[in-house]
Amino acid sequence: MSDPKDFVAGVDSDQRRSPQRVVFVTRRTSAQVKANYEEQVQTYPEVLFRVVLAIEILAIVLVGMALLFNAPLEGIADPTHTPNPAKAPWYFLGLQELLHYFPPVVAGVLVPTMLIVSLVIIPYFNINIEAAGLFLHHRRRRLQIFYVTAIGLLVFLVAFHVYVAAVPSLIVAIAMIVAANSSPQSKSASCRYLSKKPMAWWVMTWFLFELIVLTAVGTFFRGPGWSWVLPWRS
Amino acid sequence: MPGKTDKILEQVEQSRVWRSIFRSGRGTSTLHRALAIQQNVFLHLFSTKVRKRMLSVSSTWYLGTLTLGTFMILIITGVLLMLYYHPSVPQAYADMKDLQFVVSSGLFLRNLHRWSAQAMVFLVFAHMFKVFYRGAYRAPREFNWVIGVVLLLITLLLSYTGYLLPWDQLAYWAITVGSNLSKAVPLVGSKIHFLMLGGNQVNANALLRFYVLHCLILPLAALLFIAVHFWRIRKDGGLYVHQSEPKRAGAVDESTLVKEAK
Ligand code: HEM
Repeated sequence: MSDPKDFVAGVDSDQRRSPQRVVFVTRRTSAQVKANYEEQVQTYPEVLFRVVLAIEILAIVLVGMALLFNAPLEGIADPTHTPNPAKAPWYFLGLQELLHYFPPVVAGVLVPTMLIVSLVIIPYFNINIEAAGLFLHHRRRRLQIFYVTAIGLLVFLVAFHVYVAAVPSLIVAIAMIVAANSSPQSKSASCRYLSKKPMAWWVMTWFLFELIVLTAVGTFFRGPGWSWVLPWRS
Repeated sequence: MPGKTDKILEQVEQSRVWRSIFRSGRGTSTLHRALAIQQNVFLHLFSTKVRKRMLSVSSTWYLGTLTLGTFMILIITGVLLMLYYHPSVPQAYADMKDLQFVVSSGLFLRNLHRWSAQAMVFLVFAHMFKVFYRGAYRAPREFNWVIGVVLLLITLLLSYTGYLLPWDQLAYWAITVGSNLSKAVPLVGSKIHFLMLGGNQVNANALLRFYVLHCLILPLAALLFIAVHFWRIRKDGGLYVHQSEPKRAGAVDESTLVKEAK
């Protein structure tokens, strides 16, 4: 070890690496504050102008859509006549797809509750403030945990024939294996990119992927009796 | 004559009445512009100045702003729709038909409300993922993320309660499928289901409950939380920018630090 007093003065301003700024002061120097200057603009008019502009463009697009496409309106509600399939609004079709495989307690209560709880705790759970790549430290242990979790999840999904959810999980798992076998020094840029991703990133990406696939399947590929249909062959 | 209107405008803006309402007065100085934000109960949710980099399109894609935009369109079109809508069976459905064929621009109004609602759900998800992927949920913004999750839930509930109001087959059965899920909650499931619908199945009581939630309670809750959301952005030091200071030539950055330490 070198002389402990032999520090280098510097201001680290990368919040991701050091959320609390630490300044080391070497011997024979005094603490020095660097001017913290950054170009600023006034909220009025600069920000408000951009906000209004963005919202106006949005309004034009939506008005255009409202002129071109009509909102659906079917026959009056009839409790004696169940349409087949009875579909929820599109943003719930991912859950409805799960409902097809699992009992309502799981698909309708447990999964949504778990989703909300995980979303809420994401910023608190992230003890890994440095956002270091998942497999860059404790590689062996983390790989073990990863394999147990991933294989357990996949076996579970396949056992219940939830292939729609198993395929995205498998793809994410393969990407994680690639990440585990790469490092920030890897040759390929995408390997470098993946290797630096922390745990929270993987979980969220998996969630996003499942959300898109399940919602798309529920919206486009499900017909009478929740059977598999091809949208272009109806 | 532009000169004359300008003069009249100036006189109005300097009148006692005007000045009693808008205290900041007329002018383009930094002070006047700061006061324009700071002296307004709504605008003072924002700080008077922001760092320029926060405005870059690539960091937010303005998704939060656009979500706000859809919400504003929804309030305006929603209030107009309320003028024609009765939350009762079977009048609700007849009102839909009236909007379609009788009310002038009724169809357009309904279309705009519907598509904006779908856009809002989409945008709120997009905004959430965008915030996540640029790491803006980390300290000190954790709590604003939580408020965001509340806003996400309110948005979904708004959309869900609105779905029933047309009282057509689509509405009825979507809500039936959805509300049946609540029965699966252990122990209290059927109680929740009854409370939500005001009965054992989707009926006129459910329509009225959903109407009250959709037009009163949930929009108020959304407004409240959006206000807190914006206030927190200001209090958390503005929007997240990747590094808190811009890279300058000669600035000590991490890589040089590491090199020197070796
Ligand atoms: C009604 C729904 C919402 C509205 C109107 C809204 C609005 C906004 C706006 C206007 C901003 C400024 C930056 C931007 O334009 O992207 C923002 C930032 C932010 N939002 Fe939202 N938001 C909503 C929902 C959410 C949700 C669902 C989340 C997350 C779960 C969230 C988390 C955040 C966070 C953490 C910031 C700060 C980002 C930063 O510091 O860079 N918001 N929001």
